[in-house]
Amino acid sequence: MTVLVEMGSPLQRNLVGIYTIWLREVRKFWRDKSRIIGATVQPALFLLLLGTGIGRGIPQAFQVDHGQQEFLPGVKDYLTFIYPGIIAMTILFTAVFSAISIIWDREIGFLKEVMVAPISRWAVAIGKTLGGSTVAMLQGCLMLVFAPIIGVKLTVFTILTLLPLLLYISFSLTAMGIAAAARMRSMQGFTVIMNFLTLPMFFLSGAMFPVGGLPPWMDILVRINPLTYGVDILRAVVIGYNDYPLAFDLYVIGFFGLLMLGLAVLAFSERE
Amino acid sequence: MTEIIEVEHFQKVFKTRTGFYTAVRDVSFSVRKGELFGFLGPNGAGKTTTISILCTLLRPTQGRATLNGFDILKNPHAVRQSIGLVFQEPSLDERLTARENLEFHALLYNIPRALRRERIQKMLAMMELEMRQHELVRHFSGGMKRRLEIARGLLHHPKVLFLDEPTLGLDPQTRSYIWNYIQELKREEEITLFLTTHHMDEAENCDRIAVIDHGQIIALDTPDGLKKRIGGDVIYLTTLDPKAAKDEITHRYRVQVHEDPPGIYFEMANGAEFIPGFIREAGFKITSISVRRPTLEDVFLKLTGRNLREELSDSLNLMKIHARKKIR
Repeated sequence: MTVLVEMGSPLQRNLVGIYTIWLREVRKFWRDKSRIIGATVQPALFLLLLGTGIGRGIPQAFQVDHGQQEFLPGVKDYLTFIYPGIIAMTILFTAVFSAISIIWDREIGFLKEVMVAPISRWAVAIGKTLGGSTVAMLQGCLMLVFAPIIGVKLTVFTILTLLPLLLYISFSLTAMGIAAAARMRSMQGFTVIMNFLTLPMFFLSGAMFPVGGLPPWMDILVRINPLTYGVDILRAVVIGYNDYPLAFDLYVIGFFGLLMLGLAVLAFSERE
Repeated sequence: MTEIIEVEHFQKVFKTRTGFYTAVRDVSFSVRKGELFGFLGPNGAGKTTTISILCTLLRPTQGRATLNGFDILKNPHAVRQSIGLVFQEPSLDERLTARENLEFHALLYNIPRALRRERIQKMLAMMELEMRQHELVRHFSGGMKRRLEIARGLLHHPKVLFLDEPTLGLDPQTRSYIWNYIQELKREEEITLFLTTHHMDEAENCDRIAVIDHGQIIALDTPDGLKKRIGGDVIYLTTLDPKAAKDEITHRYRVQVHEDPPGIYFEMANGAEFIPGFIREAGFKITSISVRRPTLEDVFLKLTGRNLREELSDSLNLMKIHARKKIR
């Protein structure tokens, strides 16, 4: 009989473990078509209905040549302005929602199967985070189909830049969800906490309105919100408008992601 | 090396809202390679906690153990690779197919690609799940799920397979099926089986049994060895005056007499030969009398002074336990 104990180096088995956990998340996402549709329709409603409705009431403040007006310099109208923000919203909600899978796994007992497997706990945390971020990235990509409707031109180069960027932001946000979910025992509790967190994060990210000239208290909240920088860099790539230096955006998102990943790994490593 | 598991002075204390709860008081034992080892005891005796520590899911408050030669605290990965687990509560992903559950496990345990297919096929065949392998686990019955979990637990050729109440919540027919699989396993795979149960008849199938109660092992022996602790056979009788009968028997034969309404019983060597003389000499009226070989039930009663059967048939209690688990 074959003896399978001690196969492969620890690093190799952890990498395979990360891949396995990632694969399960992606596979289940792909299988659940109603979830994909639901997660696409909701931001689409935000974008097309809310965007069009509110956009009509907002003055096109900037005069351009030939008597044409723009919402902001270089931004044609409100709808165009919020489009990158809605993409960010989509990945925020998907990332956080996918973290629920940890609580779900705990509830159905599946988490134990993972916890007794001969892989490190950090590998479990990373696998879950990568799985969730891939799902969030894919969901974010689906939002790109609305570009022609809104009148945003996406070049192949833009799309190729967007893919890794979406994954980068998704990773950061999923890590946040995982770090929270790993410590929670109840689905309801997680949903409540996450609503408390995600909605203000979304509203204070500059996704729905420009961040310039806000009252000081709000300005501070916007500035300490990591999603602000995700929205900013997405806006830079998609419609060519940004408020902060792009390198700064990347640093903030990366730093936040690593911090959250650290917390997630820590939460997984605790053994009673 | 004939001992595959060696446990020395396990202790596990949980912090609860109201203080501390000692689930495992002081547990030492060893399991031999290739045997079917059983933990027998009521709910809350510390069976699952002990297994969880051995499986590296929990840390012992005190004590040490080795499994397959690996220290559970210093080398948890090697321990995990050496064991398979069938949990008390289901731990399958119901939204994946049976086969996908096995594939996931094979990847997690890093079974080489070449072996993976063959091994999955073999386990599916052994547990008679081949026909349903591409169905979502959601549509499986309780017995099929348990079989799938056993198949999964065996996939990576563990040295020890832990079965925590493998037949909990299954109907009698399915229970006996599962037991057939377990027996077959013992014949076909070079494996040590470690199971917990509160069913006396299931414990009978074990090579050795540790009787555990209140976080302590109170006896460890073969089923026959345990039964020998009962002084021979069990004689059960009913009488119109149990009180007088009890006193008389205690004095005349110097044995302990227990009550089990409507009758009383005591232990006696060579019960069948003892009865005729006993009836002749008895100064009280016997309405019925029977003699039987001792069961593990009797052993448990003798060791703990409590009736395991009664404790467990308290179905309301069981329901409460399940409800609590669900809520958590």
